[in-house]
Amino acid sequence: MKSLILQTATRSLVAVLLLFSIFLLLRGHDEPGGGFIGGLVGAAAFALYAIAFDVPSTRRMLGIRPQMMIAIGLAMAGGAGVISLLAGEPYFGHLWYHTDLPGFGEIHLGTFLLFDIGVFLVVIGVTLLVILTLQEE
Amino acid sequence: MGILVAVLSGFVLAFIAPWLTRWLGDRVGWVIALLPLSITVYLLTYIPDLADGGSVHYSFAWIPALDVDLSFHVDGLGLIFALLISGIGTLIMLYGGGYLHGHHHLGRFYLFILMFMASMLGVVLADNLITFFIFFELTSLTSYLLIGFSHNAEDSRYSARQALLVTGIGGQMLLVGLILMALVGGGWEFSVLTEQADVIQDHALYLPMLILILGGAFTKSAQVPFHFWLPGAMAAPTPVSAYLHSATMVKAGVYLMARVNPTLGGTDIWQFVLIIFGAATMFLGAYLAVQRTDLKQLLAYTTVSSLGTLTLLIGIGTEIALKAAMVFLVVHSLYKGALFMVAGTIDHETGTRDVRILGGLRKLMPLTAVGAGVAALSMAGIPPLFGFIGKELVYEAALDLDTFAIALAVVAVASNVLMVVVAGITGFQPFLGEEKETPKHAHEGPPSLYLGPLVLGVLSLGIGAIPALVDTRLIEPAVGAVAGEPVDVTLYIWHGVNAMLIMSIITVALGAVLYVGRDQVRWATNQTWSLGRIGSEAVYAWLLALLDWVSKTQTKIIQNGYLRFYYLTIVVVLIISALYPLSVYGDIRLAGDLNDVRFYEWGVVVIVILGALMAVRAQSRLAAVAALGTVGYGIATIYILYGAPDLAMTQILVETLTVILFVLVLYRLPQFATLSKKASRVRDAIIAGTGGLLMTVLVLVASNERFYESISQFHAEESYPSAYGRNVVNVILVDFRAIDTFGEIIVLAVAGIGVYALLRLRLWEDRSDQ
Repeated sequence: MKSLILQTATRSLVAVLLLFSIFLLLRGHDEPGGGFIGGLVGAAAFALYAIAFDVPSTRRMLGIRPQMMIAIGLAMAGGAGVISLLAGEPYFGHLWYHTDLPGFGEIHLGTFLLFDIGVFLVVIGVTLLVILTLQEE
Repeated sequence: MGILVAVLSGFVLAFIAPWLTRWLGDRVGWVIALLPLSITVYLLTYIPDLADGGSVHYSFAWIPALDVDLSFHVDGLGLIFALLISGIGTLIMLYGGGYLHGHHHLGRFYLFILMFMASMLGVVLADNLITFFIFFELTSLTSYLLIGFSHNAEDSRYSARQALLVTGIGGQMLLVGLILMALVGGGWEFSVLTEQADVIQDHALYLPMLILILGGAFTKSAQVPFHFWLPGAMAAPTPVSAYLHSATMVKAGVYLMARVNPTLGGTDIWQFVLIIFGAATMFLGAYLAVQRTDLKQLLAYTTVSSLGTLTLLIGIGTEIALKAAMVFLVVHSLYKGALFMVAGTIDHETGTRDVRILGGLRKLMPLTAVGAGVAALSMAGIPPLFGFIGKELVYEAALDLDTFAIALAVVAVASNVLMVVVAGITGFQPFLGEEKETPKHAHEGPPSLYLGPLVLGVLSLGIGAIPALVDTRLIEPAVGAVAGEPVDVTLYIWHGVNAMLIMSIITVALGAVLYVGRDQVRWATNQTWSLGRIGSEAVYAWLLALLDWVSKTQTKIIQNGYLRFYYLTIVVVLIISALYPLSVYGDIRLAGDLNDVRFYEWGVVVIVILGALMAVRAQSRLAAVAALGTVGYGIATIYILYGAPDLAMTQILVETLTVILFVLVLYRLPQFATLSKKASRVRDAIIAGTGGLLMTVLVLVASNERFYESISQFHAEESYPSAYGRNVVNVILVDFRAIDTFGEIIVLAVAGIGVYALLRLRLWEDRSDQ
């Protein structure tokens, strides 16, 4: 039951959704968004693709097994705290890097971002792990 | 620093061992043995420091806030144990390679046994109580892995669990006992507590402390009535038994008693308990041993007996008794390690361990036969072997007691007579007489198999003939450490004709007679087997069965598999636990004023309520899901109205993904039907309604009560200055409360993997046709 309309729309929608999910992830610290919400949007994008096309091609597009995403995400989130520990800060006492980027103004970077990306990956990984497996059944 | 390396290097090598094994194959034992060998050599350099009762102390900060330091204390007692551990460890590493030749889990064997060796070294060298306890428990854990090494075998798993449970329960007692001792004595180091012996022994908590610590020691060292786990542990591969169950793990309890002897020992109750349990274990072990026909079982029960002897000697506590304890400790480790290795070699070469069908192996395995013979002679206490000196001292210690000396001497002689019989059965019988038909045709094993027994045999002989090699260097500092004061130790092989010599002669003579009539002895002692039904092992089995029954029954009730009952349980428990305090503390003031609610807010509320009602009344699943979606989106709208965009976005996304998930499973579910009776639907409606009403009231009450200052003010103010973020929700998630979030994503990951496993396991399908 493959719909040509859905497939055509999905092709362009997936790109927009994925961009949007990364946008949400990065702006999360100052505006509504963040790793969790971004991750859900990202997962929705792949889920849409899986419905419009099929699971194997979704897995190909993903390029990485969801289990692996979960593992990398957890490692990044946990690792962010370890970096702080190594720098003599408490676990998850985030480290900061401040800079002025022309055109953007003041930018605050830090290990919090690593943590949020970890959350992002875990959320996408878990959601896709369940959805793709269910769909294969 | 050296001592830290000596203890911890085993852990490091343990994790490299599997790769080494893959790379080097069966020869890996020769490489791995270099570590315990170098530790042995390193430990020997401490001997000059320990002369005249000296000791060496090292401390490395670990958790200073809790008074837990990685502190090590090398004294005579620690050194003699550490040398046995690393020395016999060297031979076992070699032996393991030969015995498990070609085994596909050889790397795993080395991983476990090296971790075990390192833990044991930690036990006997640690000074800090908590450090000691951690190493003590590590030996239980690693021995669990080693006993269950052949995890495909049911009895192997059963024995491993039995050993873990018995020693684990003892470990818990020990922990409490050690904490009590530290609190009463005012210090967390053995070396400090030794000075506080008077304070501790006069304290009201002395007795509980003693019982708890001895609980740990007795379970670990297989004293009656906890002795049964040790013969069970013979399910382990023989190198493991030779190491854990002769020289090391089971001696950890003995070590503990010796270590706390200066602090807790010397009182009447200490003496009484240790002598009674020690003597009972000594005799029972030897008595049960002669009933067996399996080489390893014979050795296991005599080990129980020897551990009883050591407990007894520490209990007697006189200088001569402590001297006997330290000498017998070394004697036993040397001959028992050798005999276990011999038993393994025989098993390996002939395919059987049944002494009734073994015989005449001396021509086929001459070197093993020599090792076995020397060890058996030492076990039987024949001069000039070290075992002779050990047995003389044990008798002297028994006679040294003020009261009951004769009774104790009789028990000691009786036990030793049986030991002579077992020595003959395990060390001589397989090699003497006619060659017999065995499952495999035997021949001499590789050097790694006979080297161990030979080296230990040479030591038994050498030390026995020239005791001056060890008496002032090793035994004297050890006895001094157990006694808590310097002592003088000189050992002689020849004491002249005295009571002990006569007892020795009686022992050997009676033993020889019983050895000749061993089949009758076995038959006669076997007549009491039915007593085992009321023994402690039966109690253990009964307790385990009871535990199984309780958990099965309660699982059947609580985890009944009906989702609706789970929900029912959750809501009912919530209602009861919330209603009770609400009714007791009364004074319910609801927050808010209905006049403040604006018309569009009413609109959202009506939509949510209608959605909920539709979901309940829906006649198809799709309609129910759509109705629930309405509820979810309605709530998201409320979030938006109250200025929580992050929550609203999350809610909407989750609702969307839920619909997708539902669509995926929709077509697999059975036809929608109303199966429950009217009565149960009414009951559910009442409970659900009460639950909902209660939550509403709770929310209204809660927003009216404020016990503490709200933290949201702090979060809002500190969000930008401390965390450089303007989105407070996100700042809380990734910064202020990052550990909570980390925990949550771990839960999420585990849940996801759980769902995946459930879907992929396909337990409902018959797997036989795949």
